Amino acid sequence: MRLPESTRMKLNYRVVLLILATVFGLFFSYPSFTQSSEGKKITLGLDLQGGLHMLLGVKTEEAVNSQIKSIASGIKHFAESNDILIEGISVREEKVVFELLDSDDASAMDEQLKTIEGTVIHASEGKYAISMTPEAVEKLKLQAVDQAIETIRNRLDQFGLAEPTVAKQGIDKILVELPGIKTPEEEQRARELISRAAKLELMAVDEDRSMRVNDLSEAEAATYGDKILEDALQPQMKHLVNEIPILDGTMLTDAQVGYDQNNRPVINFSLNSAGAQIFGDFTGKSVGKRLAIVLDGKVYSAPVINERIGGGSGQISGNYTTAEANDLAIALRSGALLAPIYMMEKRSVGPSLGADSIKASMIALIGGFLLVALFMILYYGMAGVVANIALVVNLLLILAIMALFGATLTLPGMAGIVLTVGMAVDANVIITERIRELIREGNSVRKAIEAGYDNAMRAILDANITTLIAAVVLYVYGTGAIKGFAITISIGILASMLTAIVGTHGIYQILENRMSKSKTPGKFFGIKG
Amino acid sequence: MELFKATRSLPFMGKSKIAIVISIMMVLGSYALLFTKGMNFGIDFVGGTIVQVKYEGSAPIDEMRKRLSGNALFEGSSINEFGSPDEVVIRLKNSSESVTQDIGDTVREKLAGTGKFEIRRVDIVGAKVGSELREKGIMALTLAVLGILIYVAFRFEWRFAVASVLALVHDISIAMGAIALVGLDVNLDVLAALLTVLGYSINDTIIVFDRIREGITDSKETNLEAIIDESITKTLSRTTLTSLTTLFVVIILFAFGGEIIHAFAFTLLVGIGIGTYSSIFVASPILKWFGFDVKNYRAKLSQKAAREAEKERLRAQFEQGIV
Repeated sequence: MRLPESTRMKLNYRVVLLILATVFGLFFSYPSFTQSSEGKKITLGLDLQGGLHMLLGVKTEEAVNSQIKSIASGIKHFAESNDILIEGISVREEKVVFELLDSDDASAMDEQLKTIEGTVIHASEGKYAISMTPEAVEKLKLQAVDQAIETIRNRLDQFGLAEPTVAKQGIDKILVELPGIKTPEEEQRARELISRAAKLELMAVDEDRSMRVNDLSEAEAATYGDKILEDALQPQMKHLVNEIPILDGTMLTDAQVGYDQNNRPVINFSLNSAGAQIFGDFTGKSVGKRLAIVLDGKVYSAPVINERIGGGSGQISGNYTTAEANDLAIALRSGALLAPIYMMEKRSVGPSLGADSIKASMIALIGGFLLVALFMILYYGMAGVVANIALVVNLLLILAIMALFGATLTLPGMAGIVLTVGMAVDANVIITERIRELIREGNSVRKAIEAGYDNAMRAILDANITTLIAAVVLYVYGTGAIKGFAITISIGILASMLTAIVGTHGIYQILENRMSKSKTPGKFFGIKG
Repeated sequence: MELFKATRSLPFMGKSKIAIVISIMMVLGSYALLFTKGMNFGIDFVGGTIVQVKYEGSAPIDEMRKRLSGNALFEGSSINEFGSPDEVVIRLKNSSESVTQDIGDTVREKLAGTGKFEIRRVDIVGAKVGSELREKGIMALTLAVLGILIYVAFRFEWRFAVASVLALVHDISIAMGAIALVGLDVNLDVLAALLTVLGYSINDTIIVFDRIREGITDSKETNLEAIIDESITKTLSRTTLTSLTTLFVVIILFAFGGEIIHAFAFTLLVGIGIGTYSSIFVASPILKWFGFDVKNYRAKLSQKAAREAEKERLRAQFEQGIV
C-alpha cells in the first residue's frame, strides 16, 4: 500500500483522533514496556510476578470477650481497693455478673459503674449484670478490625518489603498482598510477623551505668544484666536498660493521644489490672529514674519518673508534634492485637510459576495476534491492513489506560487482552462486510463506506454494550485476579469503539479519492469488482 | 478472499426443526450430566487447599502418595499430574486457618528426599470464602442475564429479548455440560469464561437480530421466515469470520496458555462454538415461535411514527401560536 500524495490527503478529525490515540497509547504504555521507574506503569498481579495474597479474618468476638473481662477486673479492683464486698464476680454469656453484699455500698458502686462507657447495667436486690450495649460491641468489633489492619500494616512496613498492600475487605476481612515475597523463608517470616503479638516492653534504665553506654560492648552490658538498645527517633543514641522488662505489651490495653496542661501532645496509655499493680509498685520505688518505652527492641522514649503512677494509666510526654505522638500511640496500640487473626484465603505463587505464566500468555498473545492479523490481510486485503492498524492501537490503548489508572495485570487479565485481539476485529469485520455488500450492489466507494459505517454502527453498539454488561457484572462480583479480566475486556471494548469504528473510518476517508479512481474498488476490500 | 458469496438466501429456517431437535438433545444431555456426574467444583467454590509442586525431571507420584498417606492432614487428598510429567498438584479437601503454620512447609518436609522440587503455588480457600464466592458467582450469572434481557427488550422488543436469553441459557447449559463431561475443575476462571461466553454469544445473536430488525423496517417482505433467512445469510460471513478470529486466539490460549488457563480456554472454546451455532440456528426460530408478527410490528411502528409526527405537528402549532 502506497500512501497518496499529500496534496490529495485530506486530514479529517477521525484520523486526528486515531493519531492522538496512538500517541497517547505509546506515551502511557511506554513506561510499562521498559518498566522504568518514571511514569505510571502497569503493576503485575501476584499471579504473574509471584508473591503472597492473604485474606485474613479477625476473631472480633475475642476482642469483645477481652473487653468484658477487663471490665470485670476493673470492677473487682475497684471493690477491693474501696473495701466494697462483692461476691461471685464472673463473666457469663458476655455479661459481668456479681452480687453486692452490703446495700450501703450501692450508691458508690453505681457511681463507679456509670463511669464505664457503653454498658447496660441491670441491678436488682444487689445482683448486678453488666453487659455491653450492642452499639459498643459493634464499635469494638470495627475497632478491632481497624486496629488489626493498622497493626499489620505497621508490621509490614517494618518488615521492609516492597509495596505491601493491607486493606479492609467487606466489614471484617483484611486483604494482605505481598508482591515482594520470593522464597518460602520470607513468606514464613511475613506470616509470623503478621500474626504474632508485637513486643512492647517497659524497661528500667540502668541509671548507674547509663553514662557509659557508648563505651560498653553488648557482652559487657550483659554481665550487668543489661542490654543496649537503639533510640527509635535518633538511631545514633543508645540506651542502657535492664534486660528483664518491668512490663510487656500484653498488659497494655490502650494508648491515646492527649494534651498536657501546656497543651503539648502526650500519650495516655492504660494497663490492665495486673499491669497497673506492677507499674504502680515499680514507679513508686523508682522516682527520679527513667523508664524506657521499648517497641520491637527500640527505645521510643525514656521519661523520668516524677512520682508513683497508680491506676494503671500513665502518660508519655516528650518533645512530640501531634503527628509524632499519634504515630507513637499507634505503635503502642499495635503492640497487641485486640483480636487474633485467622487465615480465610491464601494464594501464594512462586516467582518461577509467575514467569512461566507470563511467558505462556505472551506466546498466546503474539501467536493470536499474528494469526488474526494474517487472516485479516488474507481475507480483506487493504481493509484487513486498516483493521490491523486499529487493532495495534487498541492494544496500546488498553495498556496505556491500565497504566494510567494503576490497574493490575493478572493472568486472567492477560487472557482478556488475548481475547480482545480476537473480538476487537469484529467491528471491522461487520463494517467491511457491509461495505462489500454495498459495492457488490454497485454503489460508489464513497457511498459504500459512508453507508457501511452508518448501517454497521447500530449493530456494533448494541453488541458491544451487551458484552459490556457482562463485563461490568463480572467486575462487580469478581474477586482478585478475575477483576483483572473484567477490566481488560471492558477497556478493550471501549477502546475498540474508538480505534475500530472512528479510526478506520478516518483512514478510509483519506484513501477515498484514490480508491474512487480505481476501476475495481472492490479489491481494496478483498473482493473482485 | 470470499468464503460466502450467496446471492440468494439460504434456507436456515427450513432446517430449524432439525437444529432444535439437536439443541434440545444437547441441553437435556447436559442437564443429565450435571445432575448425575455433576460439576467438579474446585477450591474457589467449596474451599480446600491446592499445592503445586514442580520437580526437576518427572515427579515420583507413587512415592509422593506413599509419603503423604497415613497423615490426617492429607486424608482424602488427591495427587495428580498437572500439565506435564514434572509438575504435580496435590488437592486437599480441608483448609487450615492458621496463619503461622503452612501446608506448603508441611509438604516440603514430607517430600524431602524425593528429588529436587520446588513448591510453586499454595492456594488455600476457607469454606466460608468458598460459599461466599459461590453465592457471588450465581449472582453474577443471574444479573448478567437479567441485564442483557432488559437491554435487548429496551432496544428491540420483548420477543427478541426472550429469544436471545433462551439462546444464552442454551449456550451456558451446553458449556456447563461439556465442563461436567470432561470433569474440569470449576473455579473462578471458569465462571469468568462462562460470563465471557454470555457476552460473546449475545453479541453474535444481536448482530443477526439487528439485520432482522432492519429487514422488518426497511424491506417490503412480510414473511418473517424469509426475512430471517435473508438476515442470517447476509450476516453469515461476519458470524463465521469473527468466530474464526476469536477461535484462533482461544485455540492458541488453550494450546500455549499454560495449564492454569486450560479450564478457562476450554470453556471459551466450547462456549464460542456453541454460541455461534445458536445465534444462527436457535435464537431466530425462537423469535418466530413466540408469534412475532411482521405486519403487526410494522403497524405498531407506523402508529408510533404517526404519534411522533402528530406531536411534532402540535408542537410546531404551539410554537407558532406563541409567535
